[in-house]
Amino acid sequence: MILDDMTDRCGEWLRGNGPESDIVMSSRIRLARNLADYPFIRQCNDFDRANIETLLRERFSADSGFVDLTFIDVADLEPVDRQMLVERQLISRELADSQGARAVAIDHQEQISLMINEEDHIRLQVIKSGLDLQKTWEAISEVDNLIESRVNYAFHPELGYLTACPTNVGTGMRVSVMLHLPALVIARQIEKVFNSLQKIGLAVRGLHGEGSQSTGDFYQISNQVTLGKSEEELVEHVGSIVPTVINYERKARDVLIRDGNHDLFDQVSRAIGTLQNAQQISSDETMHLLSKVRMGINLGLIGDVEMRVINKLFINTQPAHLQKLSGGQLDQAHRNRERANYLHLHLKRQDAGSDTLPGNN
Amino acid sequence: MKCQKCDKPATFHITDLTGDQPQSIHLCPECAKGFLQQEEPAGPPPKITGVISKQLKIGETARDLAELDERQCPVCGILFYEFRQSGRLGCPNDYEFFAEELDPLLNNVHGSTRHSGKRPVRGSDDTRDHLELIKLRRDMKEAVDQEQYELASELRDRIKQIEGDRFP
Repeated sequence: MILDDMTDRCGEWLRGNGPESDIVMSSRIRLARNLADYPFIRQCNDFDRANIETLLRERFSADSGFVDLTFIDVADLEPVDRQMLVERQLISRELADSQGARAVAIDHQEQISLMINEEDHIRLQVIKSGLDLQKTWEAISEVDNLIESRVNYAFHPELGYLTACPTNVGTGMRVSVMLHLPALVIARQIEKVFNSLQKIGLAVRGLHGEGSQSTGDFYQISNQVTLGKSEEELVEHVGSIVPTVINYERKARDVLIRDGNHDLFDQVSRAIGTLQNAQQISSDETMHLLSKVRMGINLGLIGDVEMRVINKLFINTQPAHLQKLSGGQLDQAHRNRERANYLHLHLKRQDAGSDTLPGNN
Repeated sequence: MKCQKCDKPATFHITDLTGDQPQSIHLCPECAKGFLQQEEPAGPPPKITGVISKQLKIGETARDLAELDERQCPVCGILFYEFRQSGRLGCPNDYEFFAEELDPLLNNVHGSTRHSGKRPVRGSDDTRDHLELIKLRRDMKEAVDQEQYELASELRDRIKQIEGDRFP
């Protein structure tokens, strides 16, 4: 797998299939793990970091029966490539922006991502389209077992897996579900939903995790606590609340449709119109409008645009992807024009346009 | 300039100072109204460093705190002060070395101090070996920095020996 080929594919979180995929974009679990015989990252010197990377790379090589992963040396990448991995949710912003030896290993489907030398020595993530936390947990636990058979994890009999930050100790697990909730936003119910989620110990974050703003009405719901509850209990905790949120969103959509909400129809029509005809457009505005179109398709308000095209546009119009696709570095003004071009091309006439889209899968 | 949320002209130019960095936001009157009147979002969970300092304020006098700040893990060399500032620990031993301070913190954050999930299948090696390796690597780096190459090579041999015992 080469980075340049990535833009031909959609990546797992925007594949747009799996259970409840009209509202649930993806299910994701990450585990934080550390090696027992190295200091945590902030006390690592350059040798330690380099040693950890080399050691893990050796232990996880495919010929030793490990999962088939491609290693990418993140320290060696161009900024635009790092940014692309962030946009695909394969690495964190923290890993992209930090210094020193660091890497990520990714499987071909982009479901497994194994970050080395992030906040912890190992940050393992498995992501699946749609709502499927149980399968996601089974998959990540299996990879975790494989890693554990090859390295010594820092583990404490009472405190569990030891992590650099005490907020992750215990299971080291974050279970999160990415939801698309445009109707709750329009109906101004979103804050209410979030406040009640927080009361039962769940965190709500934007598109790119901790501290990020919500973009395009995407929200992540995840567990707050990692110590004292088992992994299965955490999966259950997050998993049991998601259907309720889905239900709220469906109800909000029904009400908007039933009341013949002119704001809604107007917003959806304007969104598609702008995306088709803009001469220059920012990444934020694009996300915002694509979100409206995505909802419009789900509500049957737009008939001639395919969901897979919209899902693809979500990722390919982001700054790094756009530059990779256009084959060169572009400043912001150029990107905004190139983005408008790209949207124009791919939303113009579905019958003629969609099949020649680069990167259809 | 166009509104960032719709197509109308932006007449409100807002500098949002709530994030990590100031952010310029350009909106039309209608969207600005929505933006400015939005309910205060519940916000991200309190940062760990905030939780630590709150807890210390309750439990410690200034002099106690000054003393506590000077405590240094013998394995990785982190000062309690550094942990308090960054919210990140330095090595597995810190969970033992700072246990007294961490216990109430873990209770505060997780409502528990006892792991009840998955455990490594294969029995853990001797923790002392692991901690000694961390310490030896630190000593070796220090020896190299001080150009004590003979000491450094002795330390390296010792590290190799322990590693060899564990991964024959």
